[in-house]
Amino acid sequence: MHPIRKKRLTIVLFLLAGLAVAVGLTTYALRQNINLFYDPTQIAAGEAPADVRIRAGGMVEEGSVLRDTESLKVAFKVTDFTESVTVEYVGILPDLFAEGQGIVAMGRLNSEGVFVADQVLAKHDENYMPPEVADALAKASESRDIAAEATKTLAN
Amino acid sequence: MAFDSFGAFLAMEGHGPYVWASYGVFFVLMAVLMVGSYRRRNAVLQSCRQPAGSRSSRAPEPDSDTAPAAAASFTRVDVSQD
Amino acid sequence: MWQFFHKLGSPKWFYGIAARLMPWLLVLGLLCLGAGLVWGLAFAPKDYLQGNSYRIIFIHVPSAFLAQSVYIMMASAAVVTLVWRMKLADVFVKAAAPVGLVLTFISLFTGAVWGKPTWGTWWIWDARLTSMLILLFLYGGVIALDRAINDEKSAARAVAILVLVGVVNIPIIKYSVDWWNTLHQPATFKLTEKPSMPAEMWVPLLLSVIGLYLLFGWLACLRMQTEILIREQRTRWVQDLFHVNGGAR
Repeated sequence: MHPIRKKRLTIVLFLLAGLAVAVGLTTYALRQNINLFYDPTQIAAGEAPADVRIRAGGMVEEGSVLRDTESLKVAFKVTDFTESVTVEYVGILPDLFAEGQGIVAMGRLNSEGVFVADQVLAKHDENYMPPEVADALAKASESRDIAAEATKTLAN
Repeated sequence: MAFDSFGAFLAMEGHGPYVWASYGVFFVLMAVLMVGSYRRRNAVLQSCRQPAGSRSSRAPEPDSDTAPAAAASFTRVDVSQD
Repeated sequence: MWQFFHKLGSPKWFYGIAARLMPWLLVLGLLCLGAGLVWGLAFAPKDYLQGNSYRIIFIHVPSAFLAQSVYIMMASAAVVTLVWRMKLADVFVKAAAPVGLVLTFISLFTGAVWGKPTWGTWWIWDARLTSMLILLFLYGGVIALDRAINDEKSAARAVAILVLVGVVNIPIIKYSVDWWNTLHQPATFKLTEKPSMPAEMWVPLLLSVIGLYLLFGWLACLRMQTEILIREQRTRWVQDLFHVNGGAR
């Protein structure tokens, strides 16, 4: 290769490497600000500020959704399978909201550690499947549970 | 076919407006881009087509509406590097 | 190998190759994209959770994928411009940038429309969406910078540097969903694992990605031809092009 071109190539590579390092360090320093939400473990550890508008995200815990019979008020627990946070919300929930579904809630953490949300967004995962397959999967895991129960009782 | 009727296909169980708005924007923008690029090339081809003899020493600008990037052209390309 | 590389730098040679490739790219691209979209819209099963709104994926993912690929191609061309001063690389950057801009806009727009029924919001400032918006501005900046500088050589160099600086955004877009908490879900397609959707969903998706790739190839060839003609219209070979054509008629 021509020496001038070699020199230019080196300059370009240095430019790119320097840039990558600079951006890498910046994003690393800002990583907490880039995170869209706090997860329940962070909230339980007191990393999330109280009385400031923040977002909290995680899975809606199975069997934790309590709907008020007279109003749109709803309370549920959001979990990351190590810690969980109680969320209160008044309003219409997105279509995808369900137990076991990921959500991101926006609101404030009050002094009792309850998250008072004014907006709830549904987060979905990267898995797509036809309804029949989902049903079949659910049935399969159910029967597996039953089978596991059965073997347990048999063993006893 | 995932739908029972053409009406069901259009309605998409209530999600129709979202799905069709997305596809509409996609098709319109792609069509504008493709047809526009094609027309512009043909316009430039047309402007090159005039026989070299009839050109004045200052080459005529290709249609400035269709060729906005032509401002800095006409420099002969020298690829000589070595 | 170097000889081929230098041949690649010849606008005349490229013009001929492009003319021969273009019909194939257009026909195959339209076929693949058409098949993928019809399959995805009408024949693929609906999603168990999102219902039919997920059908937006068949245009959202291809355009977002292409928007990033096009930028990577432009960055490679920018290196060639800076190191080898090859005219054709600069021609490619100029031809591809508007296409990339449109594709990025389509992916942002379809994403917003998809986000409304599934997430409950059109827009959220999470890492994926914000970095994609930055990509849109980068494309816009490249086009604007090129228009702003009149001298062809300085414009080529300035644009190449801007494109190279912007390339750090690409890994950020790609890995944003893995590095940070985002509302956007991780990628469905991964190079190392099998896709997390059944074949009757990912085959049409793959078809539309391939189709859009081919159509981009066609658009790039067409737009590069235009740019080459504008730059070289007074050279011998461009004039010969018409005289040969005229003689045959």
